[in-house]
Amino acid sequence: MEEVDVEPPVTNIPAAAAGKHLGFAWGPGDILCNMMMYPCPLSLSLNTKLLPSVLVRKDEDIYSPILRKLFNESHHIFVGLQTIREDLPSKNKKPQFVSISKNYRSVIRACMEELQQVAVSTQDAEVATQYGDQVSILLAIELIWNLCEVLFIDAAPAGSLLLHLLDWVRLHKADVDEKARDVLQSESPAEHESYWDVVLGYVLQGRLEEARQMLVKQASLHPAARNMFKLMDTLLSKMPFYNPSGTQTLTEFDVKWRHWHEEVDRCLQDNSFASNQHLEAICKILVGDEDTLLEHKDLLSTWYHFLVTRLLFCHPTVKPTELHYYAQSCLTMFLDSRSAPEPLDSILLAAFEFDIHQVIKDCSIALNNWWFVAHLTDLLDHCKLLQSHNLHFGSNLREFLLLEYASGLFTHHSLWQLAVDYFDHCPEFGRVYLELQIERVPLDTERKALKVLRICEQRQMSEQVRSICKIMAMRALRNNRLGSALSWSIRAKDAAFATLISERFLQDYCAKGTFSDLDLIDNLGPAMLLSDRLTFLGKYREFHKLYGEKRFREAAKLLLSLMTAKIAPRSFWMTLLTDALPLLEQKEVIFSADQTHELMFCLEELTSSLNTEEDIEVTKVELLRLALARNLAMAIVKEGTVEA
Amino acid sequence: MFVARSIAADHKDLIHDVSYDFHGRRMATCSSDQSVKVWDKSENGEWHCTASWKTHSGSVWRVTWAHPEFGQVLASCSFDRTAAVWEEIVGESNDKQRGLSHWIKRTTLVDSRTSVTDVKFAPKHMGLMLTTCSADGVVRIYEAPDVMNLSQWSLQHEISCKLSCSCISWNPSSSRAHPPMFAVGSDDSNVAYGGKVQIYEYNENTRKYAKAETLMTVTDAVHDIAFAPNLGRSFHVLAIATKDVRIFKLAPMRKESTSTGPTKFEVQIVAQFDNHNSQVWRVSWNITSTLLASSGDDGCVRLWKANYMDNWKCTGILKGDGSPLTGSSGQPTAMSTVVGSSVQASQSALNGMSAGRYFFPPLDPPRAGTRYGHLLPPSSLIENCDVEPIQPQQQVLPHRLSSRALLPLPEAEGQ
Repeated sequence: MEEVDVEPPVTNIPAAAAGKHLGFAWGPGDILCNMMMYPCPLSLSLNTKLLPSVLVRKDEDIYSPILRKLFNESHHIFVGLQTIREDLPSKNKKPQFVSISKNYRSVIRACMEELQQVAVSTQDAEVATQYGDQVSILLAIELIWNLCEVLFIDAAPAGSLLLHLLDWVRLHKADVDEKARDVLQSESPAEHESYWDVVLGYVLQGRLEEARQMLVKQASLHPAARNMFKLMDTLLSKMPFYNPSGTQTLTEFDVKWRHWHEEVDRCLQDNSFASNQHLEAICKILVGDEDTLLEHKDLLSTWYHFLVTRLLFCHPTVKPTELHYYAQSCLTMFLDSRSAPEPLDSILLAAFEFDIHQVIKDCSIALNNWWFVAHLTDLLDHCKLLQSHNLHFGSNLREFLLLEYASGLFTHHSLWQLAVDYFDHCPEFGRVYLELQIERVPLDTERKALKVLRICEQRQMSEQVRSICKIMAMRALRNNRLGSALSWSIRAKDAAFATLISERFLQDYCAKGTFSDLDLIDNLGPAMLLSDRLTFLGKYREFHKLYGEKRFREAAKLLLSLMTAKIAPRSFWMTLLTDALPLLEQKEVIFSADQTHELMFCLEELTSSLNTEEDIEVTKVELLRLALARNLAMAIVKEGTVEA
Repeated sequence: MFVARSIAADHKDLIHDVSYDFHGRRMATCSSDQSVKVWDKSENGEWHCTASWKTHSGSVWRVTWAHPEFGQVLASCSFDRTAAVWEEIVGESNDKQRGLSHWIKRTTLVDSRTSVTDVKFAPKHMGLMLTTCSADGVVRIYEAPDVMNLSQWSLQHEISCKLSCSCISWNPSSSRAHPPMFAVGSDDSNVAYGGKVQIYEYNENTRKYAKAETLMTVTDAVHDIAFAPNLGRSFHVLAIATKDVRIFKLAPMRKESTSTGPTKFEVQIVAQFDNHNSQVWRVSWNITSTLLASSGDDGCVRLWKANYMDNWKCTGILKGDGSPLTGSSGQPTAMSTVVGSSVQASQSALNGMSAGRYFFPPLDPPRAGTRYGHLLPPSSLIENCDVEPIQPQQQVLPHRLSSRALLPLPEAEGQ
């Protein structure tokens, strides 16, 4: 399991002079580069006015609109997979895992088809190339995934294994059907130049029924060779295929197959098809002749097709454990004329060798996105395959890949919401990654802030909740939106900030004589208790309301209690006393004698602490004293009268 | 995968530092032209210069953003021996329409007698605190006791490090188990002076910062230093830019409950790379500390990444290709291959950056004609930002509240 030592990719940055210093700064998901010099006042003569910036996108595919569907839909499958119950016996889970694997593949297929359509229909050559690239990547991904599904997840036993592999090859080598369509649509199919390619193509994929139907067309052209065609038809129709759901045992099938194989071999020895080179070739393929198979490399096109065809006609009961031997030899035989195997070849070979770790590693090196390795590894981990292969860091590998994938999603302006669920299912570092990432989500609008907030609240991420509310409160305050600032700071339970904003409200009131955001202040409820100043603000507003409703007695009582209960800040007492003035000067007595006493006491307490006696204050104090004295007199008279 | 984009910064001299704000939507640059510029990212992802003003009377070495909880606040430090704190004020509406913003100086910190080489805000859980370090070897920690009044900063701590300081980094961990801690690096090149990285830790009992550790193995000049985000681990990770890139692991050792001295650390070097083959000037972590970037005298920025077995490897190199930045008229210019020389060698997809499609043999696509196209890099756009230098208006905002206004309540009518 050696790490492949690969040269790191080099990226050239336009406009940065070679050899000049490059500086940089990290942004969320991006990297920015700039040129700069370092503290050295002597180099001032050098002139660098340009700031080339480089955005590094971790996962460029994230920005493809069509691939977004892949991310969205696979997210649902992923979440579904995480909820499969652990306690089910593994036998019951296997069909579920296979079906999940198929769901993933069908999402890939759907995306691939959509990309293909766009690539074909677009006028823009560059876009077409780009989408074409993505199609070929998805094809490779689906090919690998499908093989992993057959070998690891479904883990078909001998017999069924070959049937699955045949399906795999048929699915990914669909050009036979295309050619067949051309041939059949032509005026005389049997004379079409691709006719024999189609027949051979069918045979190589074990699609013998279709091969027979094609052969019928040829037979009718050659009445003289009727018997020969008839013989071939019989051979093809008699070839036994294993039926896993049937009653036949594998041994019985093997006996039957050998019998058939001998019969084909006999026909070959008899030179039954010597007069027709095509039929002769088919017969040789049926008998599993390697040289003949290799002569049709162009029809097979890949070594793994060759492998499956060879297994079909030589070793139909191949066991999973024997696969790697055949795979290796097929690769060598098939590629001898070509150069070294490509990454895809090594990945498939590793799969045939059941080396899951190597498959994942090679894929993460060769592919340009984390989507595939993250989801496949997660699925394999759920199938308990990583442990059974003695990777003691198995769950770490899964988490490592999921974290990388999710971090990539987080750089996208809307896909980041999917990433949250991935982080939730990473037991070790998921939460701390989410905490670090989510607080960096730009809070462009209140709506987005609320969305981020909800995610944090659901996960009891109290520090992030506080921070987001604080940021929003600060922003609102800076823009003089006091109501919004107050409600955010109440949400943040930030007493100091609530005090500060309440202060601003009062200040505004002092300046303008009216309150803004009445709805909010009137409905503070228990939130009022967050800070003393907020309580005062709420209560003071209540006073104004009572006053407005002409409930003077209640208003007066409240006003007084704001001072006597020390709810009001001392700096505000003068304002409160001034507010009492019109109440004192009503015709009706509102403040009782006791209350007036208390008011007077408050006034004295205040004036004794005032060190600078400004003119206006002196006037006001005099005015108040007068009003208080008059009210006291009236109150005493009134109270005396009532009692008497 | 890289997308390169260039902006004409229009600084009149060398750019020394660039810094993103917390959400990555704004950035600030500073230069030897004594100015700071602020850039805002527009809806379509382009950067526009929204403010540019003279900040100091000498080269501006570093610029840094405060956490947005404290508003829009920048700090800068300079060769002119000062550090300054700047706050953006919400200007007139027509300024906003013109895409300009106003920054006003809230304070100048003049305690240093030599060039102030680095300035950093402390982690936000400590409140609004600013740290500077200077060439005379002093680290100063300031605090704004009232976060709404940034004109008042009090010097809380003055720590003498004995060696000319070049860089500081706070440990971002907010865990209660970790007392406030910072690392300071020295660019003194005299090897005989011993370790050039010192770790200081706050002591609750003495209410002072005390030296907890000196990294004795780092004896060459240190140019930059960066603590990694903690990720809830018990140990800390520190990256150092010296003649090479080094990553250290600092594991606090179990403390006697009676001990009042600073924490002792088990210091372990995790990785050391001399790939730059020259002095390394900057190191910086990404948000989740899965990637470290470093830049050096070789003109390259290198990206480092650990795999799941904690093996560190170089996963990418960015370097100037020497091509002139053309199209300063603001015309989009297609850059030749941005992926460039990576095509042959980019097998490492550890960061998902490799041009993976190159390696796949042609498969059979559903239809012919679209196979094996290579990755075509998007053409880069060169944006030109011609912004007039904006003179900040020094404004004093009225903070005083006048509680003395008479508040006439509507005269109630008698019943």
